[in-house]
Amino acid sequence: MNLGAHADFIVAAYTVAVLVVAGLIAWVALDYSAQRRLLGDLESRGIKRRSRAKR
Amino acid sequence: MALIDLANPTRFLAFCQRALPWLAGATAIAFVIGIVMAFNAPDDYQQGATVKIMFLHVPAAWLAMACWALMSAAALGTLVWRHPLADVTAKAAAPIGAALTLMCLVTGSLWGRPMWGTYWVWDARLTSVLVLFLLYLGVLALYWTADDPNRGARGAAVLILVGAINLPVIKFSVDWWNTLHQPASVLRIGGSAIDPSILHPLLLMALAFLLLFLTLLLAAMRNEILRRRVRAMQMLQAQRA
Repeated sequence: MNLGAHADFIVAAYTVAVLVVAGLIAWVALDYSAQRRLLGDLESRGIKRRSRAKR
Repeated sequence: MALIDLANPTRFLAFCQRALPWLAGATAIAFVIGIVMAFNAPDDYQQGATVKIMFLHVPAAWLAMACWALMSAAALGTLVWRHPLADVTAKAAAPIGAALTLMCLVTGSLWGRPMWGTYWVWDARLTSVLVLFLLYLGVLALYWTADDPNRGARGAAVLILVGAINLPVIKFSVDWWNTLHQPASVLRIGGSAIDPSILHPLLLMALAFLLLFLTLLLAAMRNEILRRRVRAMQMLQAQRA
């Protein structure tokens, strides 16, 4: 594929886009596992949300 | 399930559980097709191959603005109805919008250097998008530094609504002022000015970015609801101690 005389700029733009998207996906995935771990720890210590405790 | 049912956080989490795999799959398929089409699109008669940067820059710019518009609707929900999911939406959307605005600015600069001969000019369109990025950072700072999450949410909602004034400024900056940035060529009265061979890959990449945005937004909202549950349980634990 020939990207012409400005190939460096095109490759740099797509690299930035991949890094931004990968960063967002990593942020969401890591945050999810962190919150699940914290919830699991609290539930294992017998802490329940008020709405669950009433049942 | 009616749309109003999703206003309940527990039902919303169940909806996320079902919807996220489908949305993620659709996003991946749209990106594969979009990128194949983008790299098979002909070179522009003026821009040459650098038109390929537009397939990233334009969707990022559209979504950066659409995300702030969504946050503005959510900010109204926070201030007027004090619905917890409204604040969850705004807080979850802000980092995604900031990242898309950054992508728009950087890819625009990388296009500008070979086409305009400069990475940056202080023209109205570029400056107003930079202001949008700074507004996103301001909202994130309010959310992340507030001691009381409710006060942080109200402060952020006010800033979001004030910042919404910037949206028409961005959109019409190319009409109101003499800018180096070209005027609208897709969303304009009289239809698109772009040839279908370039317009179709652009629209497909925009769809891919929209699906990515929705996927990330739902996932981030799910995380934020879980974070609030963790906080409520930690406070319960502290009361018992």
